[in-house]
Amino acid sequence: MNDIVEQIDRWRLAGQRVALATLVDVEFSAPRDPGASLAVSEHGEVAGSISGGCVESALYEEAQDAIATGRPRLITYGISDSEAIEHGLTCGGTLRVFVERLEW
Amino acid sequence: MNYFSTLSEAIRDETPIAVATRLDGDHLGAKLLIGEDRRVGDLGSPGLNDAVEAEGRALLSAAQTSLRSFGPDGEPTGVDARVFVQSFAPKPDMFVFGAIDFSRAMASIGKFLGYRVTVVDARPVFATKARIPDADDIVVAWPDEFLAAARVTPSTALIVLTHDVKFDVPLLDVALRTRAAYIGVMGSRRTHANRVAALREAGIDEAQLSRLSAPVGLDIGARTPEETAISIAAEIIALRGERNGGRLRDTTLPVHGAAPRAQKATI
Repeated sequence: MNDIVEQIDRWRLAGQRVALATLVDVEFSAPRDPGASLAVSEHGEVAGSISGGCVESALYEEAQDAIATGRPRLITYGISDSEAIEHGLTCGGTLRVFVERLEW
Repeated sequence: MNYFSTLSEAIRDETPIAVATRLDGDHLGAKLLIGEDRRVGDLGSPGLNDAVEAEGRALLSAAQTSLRSFGPDGEPTGVDARVFVQSFAPKPDMFVFGAIDFSRAMASIGKFLGYRVTVVDARPVFATKARIPDADDIVVAWPDEFLAAARVTPSTALIVLTHDVKFDVPLLDVALRTRAAYIGVMGSRRTHANRVAALREAGIDEAQLSRLSAPVGLDIGARTPEETAISIAAEIIALRGERNGGRLRDTTLPVHGAAPRAQKATI
């Protein structure tokens, strides 16, 4: 998250609420290691990434919901190699992602 | 708890901090922040806080991030409480010895990879910011004396570009006593053979000598300083991931993650 802290701080100082998605567990092949994170601001801006683009759009919706409700959640994304190839995605494997609204 | 402000302040000040997040049940999202001499937050039970604090300090010292399970009150064999512990450690150091053309490219790629790069050379005429603009620090000092006084951790990379036996040998003598992750030494096979002979004479044994990456870098036919820096950087990445550094199309191993040790020899 080191790479997106400054951006999150800017949103915070601008009075925006922010949700953070953190990759916490990976099975099989995935492009990023646990700890990778993606932040979404209340206005819908995005910083960082979790995967090679496989789950970002789904996470965007979860993040917006977390901002609105304040409810944290742990989400599992399972992508079989064949499905990944079919959708032109860069990752196979299973990702677990924790999504939370940041408390300043 | 002012979770994010505490964390962003620690990252800005380059103070190591671990963040533990509980991932199960009613306590989903509960936090414990573990700094060098403090602990803030609550994961749901005092025993769990203590157990995670101990685990967090161990992970932090190795700059590691991990998903762990504990019993409800922190019992080490339990599975009820799942806790994600993320380390935020300051940038690892890369020390580049010798201020030559190659050092400029090495400093650039070191910085690109997330290292804090320090270039060390005894000659003030060469060790200048103008010649090596991407270095975070440029130090005019004898390489061996600098290294003997420097803080070297298991994530530090040492790049020896002096390729002159009279500088290299005292420097490598010090380097091999550190826990550095990588010790790359530039020079031809002949230069390296002379160096190894001198190091053996100085009492360095074979196990220590085997830690040296020399001739330095992966075999990609690098010629220019930029190509050589990429070859060295790729070797650092490969060693960190326990990979041999060939072409992925020529292996059947998973693309990401450490190569299983048993399969390493088949690469």
